[in-house]
Amino acid sequence: MHGSGIPIWFFIGVLLVTYGLMILGYGVYEWQTASYPAGVQLTNLHTPVWWGGLLAALGLLYVVKFRPGRA
Amino acid sequence: MIVNSICLLTSLASPNLLAFSTAPLAHLRPLDIAVIAIYFAMVLWIGFYLKGRSNTGEEFFMAGREMTAWIAGLSFVSANLGSLELMGWAGSAYQYGILATHWYWVGAIPAMLFLGLVMMPFYYVCKTHSVPGYLNLRYGGQASSVAAFSFAIEMILMSGVNMFAMAVVMKVVLGWDISFSIFVSSIAVAIYVGLGGLRSAIFNEVLQFVLIWGGALLVPILGLVQAGGVSGLKTKIMANMQSMTSVHGDSYFHLWRDTGSFAANPMGVHWTGIVLGLGFVISFGYWTTDFLVVQRVLAAHNLRAARMAPIIGSFFKMAVPFIVILPGLLGLVLLQNPDGSRRQLVGEDVVAACSVASASGKLDNSAECSAAMAKTTLPAAYQQKVLAGDPNAELHTYNQALPLMMVRYLGPGLLGLGITALIAGFMSGMAGNVSAFSTVWTYDIYKPLIKKNGTDSHYVLMGRLSILFGVIVSIGAAYLVQQFHGIMDYVQALFSIFVAPLLAAILFGMFWKRATALAGFLGLLLGIVFSASLFMWVKLVPSALASVALSPDAKPMAENVFRALWAFVFTAVVIIVVSLLTKPKPVAELEGLVYGATVLPKEEPVPFYKNVWLWAILAVCIFATLNILFW
Repeated sequence: MHGSGIPIWFFIGVLLVTYGLMILGYGVYEWQTASYPAGVQLTNLHTPVWWGGLLAALGLLYVVKFRPGRA
Repeated sequence: MIVNSICLLTSLASPNLLAFSTAPLAHLRPLDIAVIAIYFAMVLWIGFYLKGRSNTGEEFFMAGREMTAWIAGLSFVSANLGSLELMGWAGSAYQYGILATHWYWVGAIPAMLFLGLVMMPFYYVCKTHSVPGYLNLRYGGQASSVAAFSFAIEMILMSGVNMFAMAVVMKVVLGWDISFSIFVSSIAVAIYVGLGGLRSAIFNEVLQFVLIWGGALLVPILGLVQAGGVSGLKTKIMANMQSMTSVHGDSYFHLWRDTGSFAANPMGVHWTGIVLGLGFVISFGYWTTDFLVVQRVLAAHNLRAARMAPIIGSFFKMAVPFIVILPGLLGLVLLQNPDGSRRQLVGEDVVAACSVASASGKLDNSAECSAAMAKTTLPAAYQQKVLAGDPNAELHTYNQALPLMMVRYLGPGLLGLGITALIAGFMSGMAGNVSAFSTVWTYDIYKPLIKKNGTDSHYVLMGRLSILFGVIVSIGAAYLVQQFHGIMDYVQALFSIFVAPLLAAILFGMFWKRATALAGFLGLLLGIVFSASLFMWVKLVPSALASVALSPDAKPMAENVFRALWAFVFTAVVIIVVSLLTKPKPVAELEGLVYGATVLPKEEPVPFYKNVWLWAILAVCIFATLNILFW
C-alpha cells in the first residue's frame, strides 16, 4: 500500500510464518512417529515438511522486508 | 464472477445436494481448526486496524486512492477468484477438458489489457467513484440510475447467493450446519468491511489470493507426480475418455481445434461464440464495466498504477488454470472409490435423484435414481451398489472434483489451509459485493436522489449502515434461496442480463462523441429488457436455445455467450439510431469523458521496465503462445 501504516505484505508475512511453522511442526512430528493420516496419498514425499518450510521462509522474508517502521 | 460460470455454480451450490446423505468429504483435525481460526482472527485484526484509516468518504469508499499497482492488480484479479470459480471450473475441466481454460484466457486477458491501456485513463481522469458515476457524467442521471439500481440489486443478491453457496459447500465438504456457516461468515464480513471499508476488502482480497495459491498449488503438483507427469496424464485421459464420452479423448487437450462445429467438442460451443460472445461481449462487459472489479483499480494511487494494475492482474490470471483446470483433469484419472476402482463424478441431477431418504439406507426413489444413472457412464456393477444402498458406493458431483483432490493429497494442517483458502474466497466474494453495494448505494442512489447536501461524515456513516443493511439482506437472500431453489437461477442471471447492454452504453459513451444522453438511457434500458426477454424465452421454451445460439447442437453453455452477443448488438443499434435522431452534447462538455475530447495528463517518464506498454506486449506474447501451444 502507498503511504504510511502497516503494509498488507506484513500481514501476509505474519500469516505465512504462522501457518508455515504449524504445518512444518506437524510434518516433522508425522515423519518422526511415522503416523501418517489414513487415505492421504504420497505421504512418502513428506509434503508438510517442505511445503511448511517454504511458507515459513517466504513469510519471514515478507515480515522482515515490510516490518512496520522500516525506512 | 464471470457470467458463464452460472450453470456450473448453480449446480455447485444447489440445495438438492443437501438431500444426499453421504458422510462429509473431509474431517478436520484440531490443527486444521486452528488454521481456520487464525485466519478469522487475522481478518478481524485487519478490520480493526484499518478502522482508524477509513474516516473520510475518499478513505472509506475508495481506500484513499492509495493502492499501489501490485495491490490493486492482485485485488482486481482476486475479486474474480472466488471459491465458486475455483470449484466450478475444476468441475468444468473434469467434464469438458481444457476448453474450460477459455474463460481464463480469451475470456479475460484481452479485456484486462484493454481496460488498462485504453479505458482506464477515462475512468481515472474523471475521478468517478463508480461505474454508474461515469454514466452520470456522460449520459446524465437517468442512465446512471438504471445502472445503479441494477448494480445494487445484483450485488446484494449475489452476496446472499455467495453466502448460501459457501454454506452448502461447507455442509457437503465438512458437514457444518448451514446456519452456522451463514452467520459466522456474515458477522466476520460485516465487521471487517464495516470498519475498514474498501481498504479492508482489498487487503483481504490480496490475503485470499496468497492463501488460494498456498492452499491449492500442492494439488496439481502432487497430482502430476502421481499421474506420471503431463504425458502420463494425457495417456491416461485418452484411455479413459473412450469409455466415458462420444467425443474423442484428444479433444480434452485442445482449445480451438475442435470448435469448428458445436458437435465436435465436449462443451458444445462454436469458436464464433467463444471469440465474439465470450472474448468480446461477456469478457469486456465483466472486466471493464463491472463495478466490483473496476472499483479495485480506481483505488490506485496514480494513473500509471491504475493502468498497470489490470496488466499485472493479467499475468496472474493466465496462471490460474494451473490450480483450477489441471486439478479437474487430474481428477479424471486419479480419483478412486473406496474399493480402489476409478471414481466417476456425475451431474448434480444424478446425485439428487439418488438421495437416500429412508432410515434403512435403501433408496426410496430407486426408479428415478436408476433412470438418472442410466444416462451416465457409471459401470453397471457400481450402479447396482448405489441402488442397494452400499455405503461404499458414493456419488459425487463434478464440482466436488477440487475438494476431493484436496482430501486425497492434503493431510492435517495442509487440509486446513486448503479449506481456509475456500472460506477466504467465499468471504472476499461477499465482502466485494457488499463494499461495492455500499459505494453505489451511497454515491449513486442516496446522494443524488435522497440527500444531496450531506456532509462527508454523514455519507461515511451511511456507507457503514448500508454495509450492515447489505449483510442483513444478504442473509435474508441466502435463506430465501434455501427455501425456493429456483430463485438462484434468476439471481445469477441478473449479471448476465445486465452486462452486455452496459458494455455497449459505456463503449459508445467513451468512444463516440455523438452518443447522446437519451440514447444512453434508452439503449441501456431497452437492452436490459431485450436481454431479459431472451433469457425468459429460453427458460420457458428450452428448444429456443437452438434459435438463440444458431444451432440445434448448441448446449446450455452456448446460451449465455450468444445471448450476450445479441443483447450487445441490439443495444448498439438503439444507441446509434437514437443518437442520430437527437442533439448531442457540445464537445466541450465531454472533456475527460470521451476519446477525442480529452487531453490525457502526461505521465512522468519512467525506466523502460516500468513502461505499461512493455508489460502489455509481454502479456500478449504469453497469451498468444499459450493459445498456440494448446491449440
